[in-house]
Amino acid sequence: MADAESPSQTAGPYVHIGLTPNFTGITGVYPEDLGAVMCGDAALGERITLEGQIFDGAGDVLRDAVVEIWQADAAGNLPPSDPDFRGWGRCASDLKTGIFRFDTVRPGVATTADGDNHAPHIILWIVARGINIGLQTRCYFPDAAQANATDPVFSAVPPDRQPRLLARHQDGVWRFDIHLQGPEETPFFDL
Amino acid sequence: MSAALPPRDRDWHPPALAPDYKSSRLRAPTQKLLRLPSTISEETGPVFGHDTLGPLDADLITNFAASGEMALGPRRCIRGTVRDQNGRPVAGVLVEVWQANAAGRYRHVNEGYLAPLDPNFGGCGRMITDAEGAYQFMTVQPAAYPWPNAPNAWRPAHIHFSLSGPAFGQRLITQMYFEGDPLIPLCPIVQAIPSGKAVEQLVARLDMPHSESMDYLTYRFDITLRGGVQTPFENKMEGM
Ligand SMILES: [Fe+3]
Repeated sequence: MADAESPSQTAGPYVHIGLTPNFTGITGVYPEDLGAVMCGDAALGERITLEGQIFDGAGDVLRDAVVEIWQADAAGNLPPSDPDFRGWGRCASDLKTGIFRFDTVRPGVATTADGDNHAPHIILWIVARGINIGLQTRCYFPDAAQANATDPVFSAVPPDRQPRLLARHQDGVWRFDIHLQGPEETPFFDL
Repeated sequence: MSAALPPRDRDWHPPALAPDYKSSRLRAPTQKLLRLPSTISEETGPVFGHDTLGPLDADLITNFAASGEMALGPRRCIRGTVRDQNGRPVAGVLVEVWQANAAGRYRHVNEGYLAPLDPNFGGCGRMITDAEGAYQFMTVQPAAYPWPNAPNAWRPAHIHFSLSGPAFGQRLITQMYFEGDPLIPLCPIVQAIPSGKAVEQLVARLDMPHSESMDYLTYRFDITLRGGVQTPFENKMEGM
């Protein structure tokens, strides 16, 4: 491993120009923003909506972030083998409410060649002004407690912080809020 | 199938909290990152096919311009190679770029700088590295611009880069600077990077042999992504 990775820099306040130009009104360059649609009509499994907000250390909602997610398909394949499911999504926080939202499928249990079972989970990667290197966290499901308990990542998180990795089922959507600082600070990973 | 990713060298990257960069104060996690071996989730990632791209995606001079017109400003070609930490070229990397125009103004709803918009400049471009890991795009030289971090604070001229490699755990956003810019040592975003050698990795070099007479100057900007051996994945993004 001879060479150093290029150092990260913040995505800055105008990240949308590069990653979601149509969202910020730069139309006619790309037909659509990449990652806006994760599921085709025939995607297998349970359709879910994952949404949330990102809070800073003052409790204010970030309205200038971009979130990307990556996950298994409903059968647990990583990368997804369902031809109608991308596994990858990208969404800008709403400019007024700060809400990010993904229409996706509930991921299955991913089993690796060495026999590890990975509980259903979604990786989130967050960039914004003031974030010097993209933050990575994971969303797990509270109704998969048994799988979570043996998941190599979830189970390695101190028990008092594990609840911060659980989505809440609320008004028909899975809600996953992210706290950058404070007593509810989300666990972030170096994976 | 997938290769384990080496841990990131967190002393090479800027720390989450860089107090001179004010926006980081309320946005930097205060707890240590939880370091664990990578799993299949970080070792795999989406694949971007060349059919994602439109014919003008890598030409910021014309991709937003009215028919027959061009963005204003000094013409530039930016080119480089994306390699992994073993020095191997990485093919198939989605490279997305964005920048201010030649007056230092972004086309963005939150932008407040008084410099003029260029009606023919959008500021975004994208490409996918070829089999040799190479990428290239045309643009105009962005200007330095002021920002409210501190009185009389100016960002050095820069182009933002987003890289999506074969593994999601390689995901990287960074900024490219221009050789010789006197604002580089004054910028708290740049200087959040602990080592001067690491900063040098983000400074593009004038590349006269690849510049075009009576047309454009070229700058060379090579990028190193995290990791070593990668295998191609079958998951296809195209056609969805
Ligand atoms: Fe910028």
